[in-house]
Amino acid sequence: MARFAARRLLLMIPTLFAVTVIIFVLVRVVPGDIVELRLVSGGSFVTPSVIEAERVRLGLNKPIWAQFTQWIVGIPRLDLGTSMWTGQPITEEIALRLQLSLQLAVMATLIAVAIALPMGIAAAVRRGSWVDHAVQVISVAGLATPSFWLGILLLLFLLTTFHWLPPFTFTPLWVDPKANLLQLIWPALAVGYRYSAVTTRMTRSSMLEVLREDYVRTAWAKGLAARVILTRHALRNALLPVVTVIGLEFAFLIGGLVVTEQVFNLNGIGKLFVDAISHRDYTLIQGLLLLVAAIYILVNFLIDLLYVWLDPRLSYG
Amino acid sequence: MRQLRFLVAAVLAGALVFVSMSASTVAQQPRRGGTLNFIVNAEPPSFDAHREATFALIHPARGHYNLLVKFDPQNYPKVVPDLAESWSASADGRTYTFKIRRGVRFHDGSTLTARDIKATYEKIIFPKGDVVSARQATYEMVERIESPDANTVVFRLKWRSPSFLQAVASPWNWIYKAEIIERDPHWYERNVMGTGPFKFVEYVRGSHWAAVRNENYWVRDRPYLDGYRALFITNATAAVNAIKSGQALVEFRGFSPTQRDDIVATLGNRAVVQESNWICNNIVVFNTRRKPFDDARFRKALSLAVDRWGGSEALSRIAFVGPVGGATRPGGPFATPPAELEKLAGYSRDISAARAQARRLLAEAGVPEGFEFNLLNRNIQMPYSFVGVFLIDQWRQVGLRVTHVVKETGPYLADERAGNFDAAVDFNCDFYDDPDLQLVKFLSVNKSPLNYGGYNDSILDRLYTEQSRSLDAAHRIALVRQFERRLLDDRVWQIYVLWWKRIIPHSARLHGYKISPSHYLEDYQDVWVSE
Repeated sequence: MARFAARRLLLMIPTLFAVTVIIFVLVRVVPGDIVELRLVSGGSFVTPSVIEAERVRLGLNKPIWAQFTQWIVGIPRLDLGTSMWTGQPITEEIALRLQLSLQLAVMATLIAVAIALPMGIAAAVRRGSWVDHAVQVISVAGLATPSFWLGILLLLFLLTTFHWLPPFTFTPLWVDPKANLLQLIWPALAVGYRYSAVTTRMTRSSMLEVLREDYVRTAWAKGLAARVILTRHALRNALLPVVTVIGLEFAFLIGGLVVTEQVFNLNGIGKLFVDAISHRDYTLIQGLLLLVAAIYILVNFLIDLLYVWLDPRLSYG
Repeated sequence: MRQLRFLVAAVLAGALVFVSMSASTVAQQPRRGGTLNFIVNAEPPSFDAHREATFALIHPARGHYNLLVKFDPQNYPKVVPDLAESWSASADGRTYTFKIRRGVRFHDGSTLTARDIKATYEKIIFPKGDVVSARQATYEMVERIESPDANTVVFRLKWRSPSFLQAVASPWNWIYKAEIIERDPHWYERNVMGTGPFKFVEYVRGSHWAAVRNENYWVRDRPYLDGYRALFITNATAAVNAIKSGQALVEFRGFSPTQRDDIVATLGNRAVVQESNWICNNIVVFNTRRKPFDDARFRKALSLAVDRWGGSEALSRIAFVGPVGGATRPGGPFATPPAELEKLAGYSRDISAARAQARRLLAEAGVPEGFEFNLLNRNIQMPYSFVGVFLIDQWRQVGLRVTHVVKETGPYLADERAGNFDAAVDFNCDFYDDPDLQLVKFLSVNKSPLNYGGYNDSILDRLYTEQSRSLDAAHRIALVRQFERRLLDDRVWQIYVLWWKRIIPHSARLHGYKISPSHYLEDYQDVWVSE
């Protein structure tokens, strides 16, 4: 397993390098100039010499290859440079938001799994019954309901019913758990519901497939308890595709909750992405895209490890 | 008996009046304490106001600093002392002497002197090395700055300037500490050190900016607030919700009419609404490097086709635009009287006649029915989208077909700079009503980098320079009118659509705040909150 992990980790390096090249080129193809956005977008009378001086200060006058080299040599030291907009280290900018995004992703995942696994299993076991139909309705509704829209409804409900809204500023969990949970539980519910819908459907179809297998029929014939058959024999095998879905959704949640973060005014990675792009903050966009790419690669790696643990027939070869 | 009853009633009535008057007086008595939570819907790129151009820095950080002189927050556009306790101008108008207040201390305990004022203004007007000053061009008239003693600062001007004092009252000219500027001119980009009523506590990017009262503030018994907390909320719906739920008391830039109504509907009598004309506007710039935009008749026809009065009535219900004006703010000290304004192309109240004239001019210019062109616009809904859609409809009514090209601010600015457009919705926002600020955009392309139309007009340049140096107020206004006529009626290089209207619905708990025509002039020294 160690060799497998090491090989997979080494394979990440060329993948990430390719990603860095693509990212670097792509962000510079987008029209717009951070200096003009900063100095002119408010309508100020700024002379061209001032604009040029700022471009020089930010290093934008250097050739592209020189800018790329400067950026790439810092990556192994986790030095992603400084934000062209705020002048702060990129790692600081990201770390500030990552704790919120990670916590929200974990909470949404827990909510989604807590809803999806029992519902998916129940729907599969009682296929065609009212339970199955009810689960189908709930999950289809979840798929059809955007998280941000559910979030808006939740806020409206809280405001009109309790004349109260969750806090608009983030308090870390270890500083004040109550304030932290009061803020994050609502977006976690909004996101977790849609997430659970995807996972429920995957659990149901995967369980249905497994329940038709010969070894499950044999287990029933042997008179094993239903709980043992469902959890030890069926669910463990059915979990392979479910784990993939959960992993990919989790990775998506880190940087993909752009609109939901806006609705709840969450200071997360998605909001930072939008700000970075609208400011043409090249260094920050590069850092964020690299982070998301690394998270996807890491999650895929962990899923592969989980596959082998769930199904010993698969090997690390 | 009747007399006794009358007497008792009179005494009771008198007592009631006294009680209610006392209650009213008590209600208006400023209260010391409390924290003001307010919304800022963008974030500051750096902390240095000399280099930035966004209200997103002014709103959270202005409270840490003082200016040399400032606009009176309760009585715009009166200029009142701040760190300068008095000032005088020489007879020829080319020397301004400011007497600096004694006993003012920076937040680190050091004493403010004239040296700090000189260093600050030299950083703004004569930046050295890689220091960027966004307002260098505003002070072209300044020849040098002197500090003959610890309490005197002298500005020597190359020419007399009628608006020099107002230019010094610029809300961007925060007074910094000379020693720090000399040691590291970039220090203020990441740090805060002023003499203002509030001390800096923390800035959590994407979340909030916090400040506490400066207990050693040089104005006695000020500030009233224990502190303030600026909440960064970029989403408009979330901002409205924050005020409705009481988590924030105000947002100082402005809301749309529908957002105002939403807040008032929820808060009822717990909301106060303040409104003012705004020194911001939308204009249309024509790319005169392209045909037929190089033809003044075509440009004039485009202006004639726009029903500004009708548009004002309709759009002001849904967007924060409304006032109809020329080159200077309606209601402002340089505003063109309505009767005179209505003589300019596109300002007539008889829109049918104006459009008939527009069609004639289009025919004369050889522009066929159904002629197509693009209108470049920003992807910001309020108010750009509303203005863009309105214009397209107006031009459709004289037989023109316009495609709305909406772009994000970055590509939008790039297209404007590169001249990659036919016509573009542009904008202008200033901190003060002054032709020097409002007209600079329209100078020849080789004089103003803000002129995206690509034209040269030596007459406009001359009129601008003359008004900028005229100390005779009436003569200056006459020159501004000439400028306006040439710009909007004769050459029609660019046209005004509508000026903006500032709408601030806030919690009734906020006191001591008076709306001004600029969202750059916020000042929290005298603001207080009730229980």
